Amino acid sequence: MRELIKMVVVLTVLSSFSGGLLAAIRNSTMERIEYQQLTFVKGPAIRAILEGCSNDPIVDRFKIAYDDAENSFFVGVFNGEANTVAFESVGGGFGGDIGVMVGVDLKEDKIVGVGVTTHSETPGVGSKAKSDPTFVNQFKDQPLTGTFQVKTDGGQIDAISGATVTSRGVALAMTQAAKVYEALKPQIAEQLKGFTK
Amino acid sequence: MAKTIVQEFTKGLWEEIPPFRLVLGLCPTLAVTKTVENGIGMGLATTFVLVCSNVLVSLLRKVIPAKVRIACFIIIIATFVTVVELLMQAFTYPLFLKLGIFIPLIVVNCIVLGRSEAFAYKRGIIPSFADGLGIGIGFTLALAALGAVREAFGSGTLTIWEKPITLFGPSFEPFTFMVEAPGAFVCLGLMLCLMNLVGNK
Repeated sequence: MRELIKMVVVLTVLSSFSGGLLAAIRNSTMERIEYQQLTFVKGPAIRAILEGCSNDPIVDRFKIAYDDAENSFFVGVFNGEANTVAFESVGGGFGGDIGVMVGVDLKEDKIVGVGVTTHSETPGVGSKAKSDPTFVNQFKDQPLTGTFQVKTDGGQIDAISGATVTSRGVALAMTQAAKVYEALKPQIAEQLKGFTK
Repeated sequence: MAKTIVQEFTKGLWEEIPPFRLVLGLCPTLAVTKTVENGIGMGLATTFVLVCSNVLVSLLRKVIPAKVRIACFIIIIATFVTVVELLMQAFTYPLFLKLGIFIPLIVVNCIVLGRSEAFAYKRGIIPSFADGLGIGIGFTLALAALGAVREAFGSGTLTIWEKPITLFGPSFEPFTFMVEAPGAFVCLGLMLCLMNLVGNK
């Protein structure tokens, strides 16, 4: 009987210590892990969009909730003024969701850049949305408002040949981005004030 | 025959070098040694777990009841593996992406459990530390060697600190068989053979 109790006690104590230690380490590394994930998964797209900014957009970020989801906004400081943000939006593509990073200039409501972050489109066909910048560059300098559609649907965007569904997914993500931006613009502007140095 | 601390350490480097002499821990050995860098990363992660779990098991060997010792070992090992996983995510994220699922799989690596059961549970802290460090470094060296051979022939490069160094001229055709799974077996077999040849002299 005593042996049984000892076994239970030892295992319980050991497990609780292990749990406590892991919780402590998780807490202290959580921020760094999030930073690393952003740097390596979304970082390349963010840096390409906010090229030439004088700060680190992955450090200077804030979150605003919209439609039950938390949106991360990455701040770009140009000429000492924080006036540009990049944020991610999602649209359904051919093989699953396409993540699209959109950079927008708050002063002119103008798109400064677009980049695909994550996708599972057909390699060599739909994947061109990410690898070939000519498609996403069509969005550049357009106002981020209203809806975006490919030309076959009566819109203004040239689809990637052979990948209409993918192109539609990106356009959908852009439309969603416009919706989020229009709804959150005052809050974004408010947050940006804190980043101007 | 009692061994000295130095002998406990050095036996892991040659006499009992894990994948070659003990032929344990083959899953990560075969799976991650496509490049030198992956091999070293995996080896160092395993070394950390091995040293920490050996020391802790040896420290607690009088407290842990014999009947539930395996369960206790697994808890200790799993804790350190999760620590390594979190630290790798925080500091060496690209390497973590490459090693992926094989980091959590260190828990079921026979070498780690084997050293706890066969060595640390019966010995003091200092010999256990030396044993863990020796076996761990031996494992790292073995993985690095295997990775170097496979990478050199399979892709014609050697990757150290994320910078691939091209070894051969432009006319080199990569022997891609070496970076596939069967190539790993063949390579491991040849290295075992070589080690036996040298060791038997």
